[in-house]
Amino acid sequence: MMQPQEQATPPAIQVDRLYKSFGSLKVLREITTEIYKGEVVAVIGPSGCGKSTFLRCLNLLEMPTSGKIYINGEEITNPNTDAMRIRQNVGMVFQHFHLFPHMTVLNNIAYAPMKVKKVAKEEAREQARDLLGKVGLGEKADTYPSRLSGGQKQRVAIARALAMNPDVMLFDEPTSALDPEMVKEVLEVMKAVSDTGMTMAVVTHEMGFAREVADRIFFLDGGKIAEDAPPSEFFTAPKSDRAKQFLEKML
Amino acid sequence: MITLLNTSLDRFSDTFLLAQMNLDFSRIMPSLGFILGGIVVTLQFTFLSAILGFFWGTILALFKISKFKPLYWFGMAYTSIFRGTPLLVTLSLFYFATPQLTGYDISGFQAGVITFSLNSGAYVSEVIRAGILAVDRGQQEAALSLGVRYKPMMLDIILPQAIKNILPALVNESIALLKDSTLVSTIGAQDLLRRAQIVGAEKYVYFEPLLIVAVIYYVMVMVLTLAANYLEFQLRKSG
Ligand SMILES: Nc1ncnc2c1ncn2[C@@H]1O[C@H](COP(=O)(O)OP(=O)(O)OP(=O)(O)O)[C@@H](O)[C@H]1O
Ligand SMILES: [Mg+2]
Repeated sequence: MMQPQEQATPPAIQVDRLYKSFGSLKVLREITTEIYKGEVVAVIGPSGCGKSTFLRCLNLLEMPTSGKIYINGEEITNPNTDAMRIRQNVGMVFQHFHLFPHMTVLNNIAYAPMKVKKVAKEEAREQARDLLGKVGLGEKADTYPSRLSGGQKQRVAIARALAMNPDVMLFDEPTSALDPEMVKEVLEVMKAVSDTGMTMAVVTHEMGFAREVADRIFFLDGGKIAEDAPPSEFFTAPKSDRAKQFLEKML
Repeated sequence: MITLLNTSLDRFSDTFLLAQMNLDFSRIMPSLGFILGGIVVTLQFTFLSAILGFFWGTILALFKISKFKPLYWFGMAYTSIFRGTPLLVTLSLFYFATPQLTGYDISGFQAGVITFSLNSGAYVSEVIRAGILAVDRGQQEAALSLGVRYKPMMLDIILPQAIKNILPALVNESIALLKDSTLVSTIGAQDLLRRAQIVGAEKYVYFEPLLIVAVIYYVMVMVLTLAANYLEFQLRKSG
């Protein structure tokens, strides 16, 4: 997976002994891992095991209790780092979309590039139109989010995150709030994004997607990455009993 | 319209002679223009106070949801003080204390606008704070995840949604302001009520001018109420 010359460039994401507690609840206990450029990692595990917390630490929506996180070699957990600058580079897609309801679809996508990156209005709208086309919603530019189906909303949310040209994309259960018939259209868009070489961390219950698209599976359990293996290995020969039990329930 | 009112009121008094009310609007007719001029003063006063109070209330609301404790405590203490003091007391305080403390001879209108804005800000800040907290937390997270900073996030994403939800409550606050605006008549501002009292004192007819301004206040309040209902209806329709 990792070519020798890539060792010179830093990993897209590097996590070094990450701990996260909420009060006395220890959610993440020592997570250490590296995710390389262009890799797609599927994060799976039982409910409440800390998958969202892990993802949200990667763009500082949650402040780690201790440990270090590097994005492209830059330590983002350093108190002097500007979290806002880091977040521009790390897109996130949420389970419940969180589109801006008072903006048209086009403005949802063009807003952050204009406000944050100071991209000229026409350019931002042009790019937004382009992205909308890519997620198959070219004709919805002037619609408000309330008029869209769940699957369409999530595709807009993906386009909105992509509009910032991030190096890394985080997906937190992007299809869990969708009716079954809409799951496929979103997964297809995500697969297309991964085909562009995007580095992705995807929390998901879609084992088919994990098996097909992911390069690695993280099985989170007990606040740790209990297993880190390619899907071919993980799905056929999980090492731990916990992973076996989990897979039996899922498949 | 006034003559119509006049004749119908005359008829009213004719048929209810039992009440011994001899309403006579003719004596105050020459002063009618003066009284009606009070509408402008009252409306100016109300809208100025409502708008300034709204901006101040927004800032106070942001203080009160701030994680920075001094701002939070200031917002809370401020609201508590203004909600816990009768408006007439703060109004008089500002009117009489300002010249004494600063030497500036403040007009009743100015003292009124300042007091009402400060007071309304306290009430409105509670409404706006509730409105902000009612906006789905995911909105803030989405904005943060895109690298949008606090100020544009508040101005472009959170506040527009918050204010949409509380618009009817804000109109109700302006209705309360309009009615409370009569208090400035006590410090010499020539609003509707004050003008009615002046005319009454000049002509020795008290009932008629007061009746006229009561009707005018009622009509203004009703117009605002209808506007609030209409807004609420439109907002509910747009989901
Ligand atoms: N802000 C918070 N404050 C307190 N506890 C929290 C907070 N966020 C998460 N938790 C707790 O941390 C634990 C892990 O939560 P997390 O959302 O990361 O789990 P998850 O693996 O994503 O679960 P799910 O599959 O249900 O989404 C849970 O017990 C949750 O209740
Ligand atoms: Mg979760």
